[in-house]
Amino acid sequence: MKLIKKEDLPGLYGYLASAGKKIFAPVRKNGMVSFSFTSAFEEIEMSYIQTKLSAKAAAFPKIEKLMKYTIQKEGQSYEPYDVEKFPGIVVWGAHPCDAAAFHPLNAVFTWETHDKYFTRRMENLLIIGLSCTSHDEFCFCTSVGVHPGDTKGSDIQLTPLPGGDYLAEIITTKGEAVAAAVPALFSPAPGLNKEELVTSVEKRFDHEALHAKINGMFDHPVWKEQALRCIGCGACTYVCPICSCFDIQDEGGIFGGLRYRCWDSCGFGHFTIHTSGHNPRESQDTRWRQRLMHKFSYQPQRQEVFGCVGCGRCSRNCPVDMNISEHLTQIMAV
Amino acid sequence: MDQFEPKIVAFVCNWCTYAGADLTGTSRLKYAHNVRIIRFPCTGRIDFLLLQQAFAKGADGIIVSGCHPNDCHYTSGNFHARRRWMVFRQMLENMGVEAERIVFSWVSAAEGAKWADLVNETVESIKKLGPYHKYQDMAKSLEEWEVTHE
Amino acid sequence: MNKLKEKAKELLSSGAVQVVVGYEEGTGGKIRPAFVSRPEDADKLLYNADCHHNLALYLYKHETKRIGKMAVVAPPFVLRSILILTTEFQLEEDSLVVLGVTPEEELIEFANFKEIETWVNQHPIGMKEKDREMLNRLNAMSRDERWQFWQNEFSKCIKCFACRGTCPMCSCFRCTVDYNAPQWISVGSHQLGNFDWHLMRAMHLAGRCSVCGQCGEACPMDIPVHLLSFQINEDIFKMFGSRAGLTLKKESLLSTWKSNDVENFIR
Repeated sequence: MKLIKKEDLPGLYGYLASAGKKIFAPVRKNGMVSFSFTSAFEEIEMSYIQTKLSAKAAAFPKIEKLMKYTIQKEGQSYEPYDVEKFPGIVVWGAHPCDAAAFHPLNAVFTWETHDKYFTRRMENLLIIGLSCTSHDEFCFCTSVGVHPGDTKGSDIQLTPLPGGDYLAEIITTKGEAVAAAVPALFSPAPGLNKEELVTSVEKRFDHEALHAKINGMFDHPVWKEQALRCIGCGACTYVCPICSCFDIQDEGGIFGGLRYRCWDSCGFGHFTIHTSGHNPRESQDTRWRQRLMHKFSYQPQRQEVFGCVGCGRCSRNCPVDMNISEHLTQIMAV
Repeated sequence: MDQFEPKIVAFVCNWCTYAGADLTGTSRLKYAHNVRIIRFPCTGRIDFLLLQQAFAKGADGIIVSGCHPNDCHYTSGNFHARRRWMVFRQMLENMGVEAERIVFSWVSAAEGAKWADLVNETVESIKKLGPYHKYQDMAKSLEEWEVTHE
Repeated sequence: MNKLKEKAKELLSSGAVQVVVGYEEGTGGKIRPAFVSRPEDADKLLYNADCHHNLALYLYKHETKRIGKMAVVAPPFVLRSILILTTEFQLEEDSLVVLGVTPEEELIEFANFKEIETWVNQHPIGMKEKDREMLNRLNAMSRDERWQFWQNEFSKCIKCFACRGTCPMCSCFRCTVDYNAPQWISVGSHQLGNFDWHLMRAMHLAGRCSVCGQCGEACPMDIPVHLLSFQINEDIFKMFGSRAGLTLKKESLLSTWKSNDVENFIR
């Protein structure tokens, strides 16, 4: 446990930027806080409850260009984008939920096939976590096994102290390398109980018990009841730090173009439609069920991770208040 | 420096303007070569999305032309089109698109000379406006998109 | 709003309807759509000026229709939407009980859709002050500034289609943006894809918008997409003297025409 003074944070930022890292940090603009690429420490907002979009875009951007292709008389050619050129990205100031979310995301992209674009971005990623000192009623991390002071996923974890300085925990070898490069910024930490510094989020349900229960609920009527007001948009998916579904698209002209993948959502009616016109998930309740079952049944079963870290973004941003923790609590009660 | 030669796409109806443009040719009237004609059954069929596509694919100007009111081969296709263009043109204005880059016209099968004038005048006016870089830059957004632009 | 609750209870217990679509208190101080199918649950229904969801959205969805006959809590913008959907053959008069609610939070019952038509014509909907101000600001801008304004706004778009999902007029089973042969609109959320989407969406709503503003409310990225529809609505009124949602006549603006439509730009 170390201490970093608030006046030394720009020094840490400066070191990372001078090392060629792109710094992806919470920025307040247009009345919302969102992760953005920054060019100066001053742009960063260090006190926020939750950003609009999650930090997942650092490794799973909304558009990932895969390759260029040309179609000529002589034949076709294609040229994949060079992953070696991907910049190193620092996710600065990710709350424990966001930091923890990279693990289940990684589980998807390295399951059977190692996705080279994602894994390269992950290798190049440094995460500076930020423990939570406040939360709102949409936060429910403790119900899904994450804690407001968790260090899982972070390379260096900062915990705000009342005076404005930060406790700094160096978690991984990546984090150690950074700390070793700028040793002057870190001093020994005063004897403090970190538990007392972080906020306490009420636990609403137990995720292991939820997993055990939801596995057998595929045909339960609760989905129909809960999903009635769902409008079938992708807002919850796109703000989610773990949702990883994507679509692959080719765009270009007669003689060539490029292929990219972009975010997609199981909430859309046409997500599963077949060429024949048959749609295995023909109504919104089956799509809503898929969203919850995937996160709390299938992912734990197949990849031994939960698809939710309790950040609450889906609930905050849902146009019709499909509050996930409320619905999960209801599922535990039925 | 080479003089700017605008790319103009013309969406025309089969029955009047296309025949009119044909007449321009058979009458041996010369006109600017900047125009690429795309023939449609009727102006009523010209979806505004086609015009969006034309700009996105690099057109600097667009001509939309069909039968004069009351002359539509299908009775009312051009009347439907007229309303659509009234609304679409206003929508483009509201979104900041340079709507005068789209020239609307009625050219009948007998108006070969009008077609030649229309193309020449459109080319002249688009030359004055210059290339439509703003829209074309937007169309290049995917090509130039970098994750760190986010 | 006790009258509303009582009426809902009465309709449900008599079996006149199987579900009442209304508003209830949600989480975090939000209001949300509610589906009440038991008389004892009718007490959670509420109505106030914060109820912004356009519930007409649910009236033609097969998920809600399969419950049975519906009653809907209908503020003025829902009433207008009901008329538009009726003229577009999406709703049938006898499939629905309309529980009108006025801005003064009073319940009005309608014997038929004709009465709704009369009522909405007598009670014009004013634009919210902040929307009016934004439109004035946009109109005062140069065209280049407007271009820049919308480019900045659309750069926030993530193509979640909440604007589409929440709009009752987006009743197509398959949206143009979901077609890929031909691919009219890029799937990816890049600048052109976002621009094309919003232009297409606004055009497809032109002359059909009930001016509820719910698309803007729904946008998680706070893009004021509703202003596109609000502005063209004003322009259409100037050009054609009509507003959507005031008539049961089946004459949707862009599927009809007049031989004396006046424009000044066709050569």
